[in-house]
Amino acid sequence: MQTSETGTISSNKNRVKPRRRIPYPVIIISLSIILVAVIMLSVFLGRFPITPIELLSILFSKIFPIDQFWTDQMEKILFNVRLPRIVLACLVGCCLSAAGATYQGIFQNPMAAPDILGATSGAAFGAALAILNRGNSTAITISAFVFSLLSVLLVYFVSQRARGNKLLGLILCGIIISSLFSASTSYLKLVADPSDQLPAITYWLMGSLSGTTWDTVSMAIIPMALGLVVLYLLRWRINVLTLGDQEARTMGINATQLRLIMIVSATLVTAASVSVSGMIGWVGLVIPHLARMLVGNNYKYLMPATMLFGAIFLLIVDNISRNLLQTEIPIGILTAFIGAPFFVYLITKRSEVY
Amino acid sequence: MSICVSDLSFSYGDARVLKDVNFSVGEGELMSVVGPNGVGKSTLFYCLLGIFDNYKGKISIKDIDIKNLGVQEMAKLIAYVPQSHFPSFNFSVFDMVLLGTSVQISSVSTPGKKQIQLAESAMDRLGISHLRERGYTKISGGERQLALIARALVQQTNVLILDEPTANLDFGNQIRVLEQIRSLTKEGYTIIQSTHNPEQAFMYSDRVLAMHRGRILADGSPSEIVTEELVHKLYGVDVKIKSLYRDKVRVCVPENLIKEEIQYTSFNIKSNYQEEVSA
Repeated sequence: MQTSETGTISSNKNRVKPRRRIPYPVIIISLSIILVAVIMLSVFLGRFPITPIELLSILFSKIFPIDQFWTDQMEKILFNVRLPRIVLACLVGCCLSAAGATYQGIFQNPMAAPDILGATSGAAFGAALAILNRGNSTAITISAFVFSLLSVLLVYFVSQRARGNKLLGLILCGIIISSLFSASTSYLKLVADPSDQLPAITYWLMGSLSGTTWDTVSMAIIPMALGLVVLYLLRWRINVLTLGDQEARTMGINATQLRLIMIVSATLVTAASVSVSGMIGWVGLVIPHLARMLVGNNYKYLMPATMLFGAIFLLIVDNISRNLLQTEIPIGILTAFIGAPFFVYLITKRSEVY
Repeated sequence: MSICVSDLSFSYGDARVLKDVNFSVGEGELMSVVGPNGVGKSTLFYCLLGIFDNYKGKISIKDIDIKNLGVQEMAKLIAYVPQSHFPSFNFSVFDMVLLGTSVQISSVSTPGKKQIQLAESAMDRLGISHLRERGYTKISGGERQLALIARALVQQTNVLILDEPTANLDFGNQIRVLEQIRSLTKEGYTIIQSTHNPEQAFMYSDRVLAMHRGRILADGSPSEIVTEELVHKLYGVDVKIKSLYRDKVRVCVPENLIKEEIQYTSFNIKSNYQEEVSA
């Protein structure tokens, strides 16, 4: 007869040997290096190629006097077209992924994504409304942002009246309000002028970072930074929320209050992202899971890894979007084309850290 | 007194779940709460833990009235060990234990050296240090239960509440977990646990509280409570209880199962007697 040697509690027989874990600092440093490399690469790529030497010279000429051997146009493209777009791609990727990871934790739901509380459909409606009223790009962004917050607010207040499980009520209200806003957007498309407004709405809905200026960046960066800082600082506490409200309470955490803070921050970054980039799906769902595979589910490590991963991913996809074909491919289409098969790979392979 | 409950009543809407509950638990005492499902054991626990605070009556822990205590103050007085569960996200056992330190650190910080040491010594104490980097959902139910107990110890309270710590555990793990709970009370922890098993309540407690329809049916030493009459009242089944090893252990056996056996035994004794007489 075989007995346990130590006499301690014996484990399940189907013990899988855990995958060798890469140390966390190594992961974060490599991700940072990759991000910098991708940013450099993104500067060079484009219809107007800029070589590394030209890039460095243009940058250094701001500090040291260097004889100008590049064209003014090149400098303009670099500073006014390419750089803001790169910065925005990184920010949006970072925000959507961080919001996705946060929602997954606070709703104890691995399938949660940034649009779970209706932020995306609200933004879509807001943008469509602004386009219909012939607003300029600033008006579209602001309208999208306001409606995005409005829809989440609506979801929150309706769910407060829901009976029974508040968490489930919140998710259900998210579905309800989302579909309401989607239907409203469809109606706006129906009445929009098919010669110019309808294509504009359709194009916005597909998501794109083209036409990004420093103005766009400066509009989005304040809510983004606010939200991201809160999500980053409170990241360890999300771990406790994944255990459920009652357990969290017995451990000294006011779950209701903490969840509300996290919802507000995640909504803020999501609303800011979709209002400048349009509907970009899949990032907020897939990237957190990719990060989970690498660093595990502890949000202390997961949140920074997710943020870096998101920035890298969206920047790469945006490069494909603007360089693959003669005309730009809307980034929302690409993230779905890349995200869906990648998610299939994730759920079938499923090698966990622990 | 470590815990003192007087005239506690609790209702969900119109349904009264707890009625006039009175009891107190002394320092270092191990109390088991027995009673059928839906009798209000969990509600009682949630009241003690401050999760339900709209009760009537008075609960004091360490001579502090808990009625208006905040979440953090509560967590410094009393810790909770849920049934071993499967959370949505898998953490390493060490990370799970470390979560018990939440109440000691500010919301914007992560656990430091002191917290890590606390978690390590709690895992040592319960003999699960070797599981440190294993996934919490990949270990056995007994190991998960011990990890949750370690998490409660890390919270550094003196009072622990365990919700059916042996539910869904295999036989060996049940005994190992109960032995650990027993030895914790020897270190000064006051522990209240719920159980469905009268035999375990008898073996592993100093006091037994029998609850029936929201009231306390009986409160006393295990030998007073674990009786045929009370088990029948609580669970509605007829059992024979046999005392073994100088009343260190009591075995509950369904009466139906041994009806014939009782007759057979008495017949045997009788016949032996007759043989002896005839001889």
